[in-house]
Amino acid sequence: MGRYLVRRLLIAIPSLIGISVVLFTVLALAPGDPFEELATNPNVPAAVRASLRVKFGLDDPIAIRYLRWFTAMLHGDWGFSFVSRVDVDVLILQRLPTTLFVIGSSQVLALLIALPVGIYAAARPYSIFDQIASTLAFVGFSLPTFFTGILFILIFSIYLDWLPFVYRTDISATGWQWYWEHIRQAAMPVAVLGLFQGASWTRYVRSSVLDVIRLDYVTTARAKGLAERDVIMRHVVRNALIPVVTLVALQMPAVFGGAIITEQIFRIPGIGSLLISSILANDTPTIMAVTFVFACLVIVFNLLADLIYGWLDPRITYR
Amino acid sequence: MAGSTHALPTADVAARAEAARKRVSPGLESWRRFRRHRLAVASAAILALIILTVVLGPLWWQVPINDIDFTARLAGPSWQHPFGTDDLGQDLLARLLYGGRISLGVGLAAMLVAVVAGTTVGALAGMSRGSVDAALMWLTDLFLSLPQLPLLLLIIYLFRDSLKALAGPEAGVYVLVVAVIGGFRWMPVARLVRAQFLSLREKEFVEAARALGASTTRQVVRHILPNALGPVIVAGTIEVAAAIIAESTLSFLGLGFPPDIPTWGRLLYDAKDYLDIAPHWALFPGAAIFLAVLTINLIGDGLRDTLDPRKVM
Repeated sequence: MGRYLVRRLLIAIPSLIGISVVLFTVLALAPGDPFEELATNPNVPAAVRASLRVKFGLDDPIAIRYLRWFTAMLHGDWGFSFVSRVDVDVLILQRLPTTLFVIGSSQVLALLIALPVGIYAAARPYSIFDQIASTLAFVGFSLPTFFTGILFILIFSIYLDWLPFVYRTDISATGWQWYWEHIRQAAMPVAVLGLFQGASWTRYVRSSVLDVIRLDYVTTARAKGLAERDVIMRHVVRNALIPVVTLVALQMPAVFGGAIITEQIFRIPGIGSLLISSILANDTPTIMAVTFVFACLVIVFNLLADLIYGWLDPRITYR
Repeated sequence: MAGSTHALPTADVAARAEAARKRVSPGLESWRRFRRHRLAVASAAILALIILTVVLGPLWWQVPINDIDFTARLAGPSWQHPFGTDDLGQDLLARLLYGGRISLGVGLAAMLVAVVAGTTVGALAGMSRGSVDAALMWLTDLFLSLPQLPLLLLIIYLFRDSLKALAGPEAGVYVLVVAVIGGFRWMPVARLVRAQFLSLREKEFVEAARALGASTTRQVVRHILPNALGPVIVAGTIEVAAAIIAESTLSFLGLGFPPDIPTWGRLLYDAKDYLDIAPHWALFPGAAIFLAVLTINLIGDGLRDTLDPRKVM
């Protein structure tokens, strides 16, 4: 298992480098000078500007600039936010836990919806339950997250007045009250993201269970006299989940995209809203760093999916 | 029946005529299969209605989209303004019709970019085995693991101003949004096309064409591509829905089209601060996006069943 992990980590490195090349190319191809803010300030004399450019190496060949940028990123030197006047890595580390909390709980919610509904629907294909579930799943993933978010705010915050629609980190309550307030304010964002993901995963689970449930070994298991419950839970589901894990891993970029929108709607102070606010404020170092963090997160979750894959499917060797 | 030798000549002719009537073109056969999918047919009708309304609607509803009227600020639906007005008293129906043209147009154009790029990459990878194939697939996998929305936002942030200067505010952003959305959505098509090519290129009819001396281009264009088209059409349909969502997302984050161009996502973005006093402002554009995306997805679902010849209906 340890060696498998190391190997997977080694495979992740080229994609990380690839992503950093793409990011840097985009930045280098962009017209105008990304450090214009610093360089075109009229208070800075031309000589100082030139020496600043030399100091930051803005006139070097692109390959050297890339190498310097990449080693700096590896060292944890992510630059200095023009707007917030703090180091970018401090800024991101402050906000990352909130994002991970919201994404993580929404994925758990999505799994809690998709697994039982998908399996139950596939065990009784074309039944009333299956048809209702499939229709709802279709509606669910055709509703864009920004519209669901607005609908939820309209219903639960404005008409019913049950839940707050602004996410706060400075809740003054303590003890149980603190947890309760947190659950209340996280309910809508987590539900928006989780329902959207749950809807598309339900379809995957259903079709994948349907593929497996017709195989001969399932008939054998039934012929042995196993209870239907055991057949489904122990024989079908485990095999059916293998392709689902792949599909879920492929969806990870979309999940982070959804998180950005949700953070923006509910004003959650995570890295997604940091990205939007820094784009609106032309804060280049922060934008680059947050995009890079998102890329790393996608790779980490893909790695996680591969590990689960190896656990589900013994045919995959860990060597 | 046609083989029966005892049949009278007239009966024989009638049987042949019947056989000819039963022989239908692939297009007609597809339409027959599609027709069975009632939900998809209804969706196609609704989508056609949406497109017609958006294209022809402004001819009939000739209220300018930027006609400011402070006396009718944030008014709900009425006869004068069927969909209500926004915070400047601008007519929402006119803005929705205008925005629909852009949102649907971007969806279609971005789909075309994605399908053309994906088909090219997939065909190249499928026809040339070895290092070219490996490199192209590595590129595809790399693009699949990129965080798309952050990169979309980054690219639009970096290139917006120069394209605006180059092609004017509306056209510049239009080109940029279409290119960027299409450029991040070609990967599924490329994988599909490559998989199709890998199996089709070994089929007997392609081998026959090769034996008759057909060039690689002719093999691809005349023989392989038409047979690989089914899944591409399905993927392309769903791609339109994804592109509409992507464009609305950009506009919703305030980073798509300029503020004076009311795309559906932009209308939602403007409306979200007035949810408590003017919910209609958010509900109409949101419902429009939802309806367009849902119908397109349902049509895609119907097409998937239609274009899969193995599926028995």
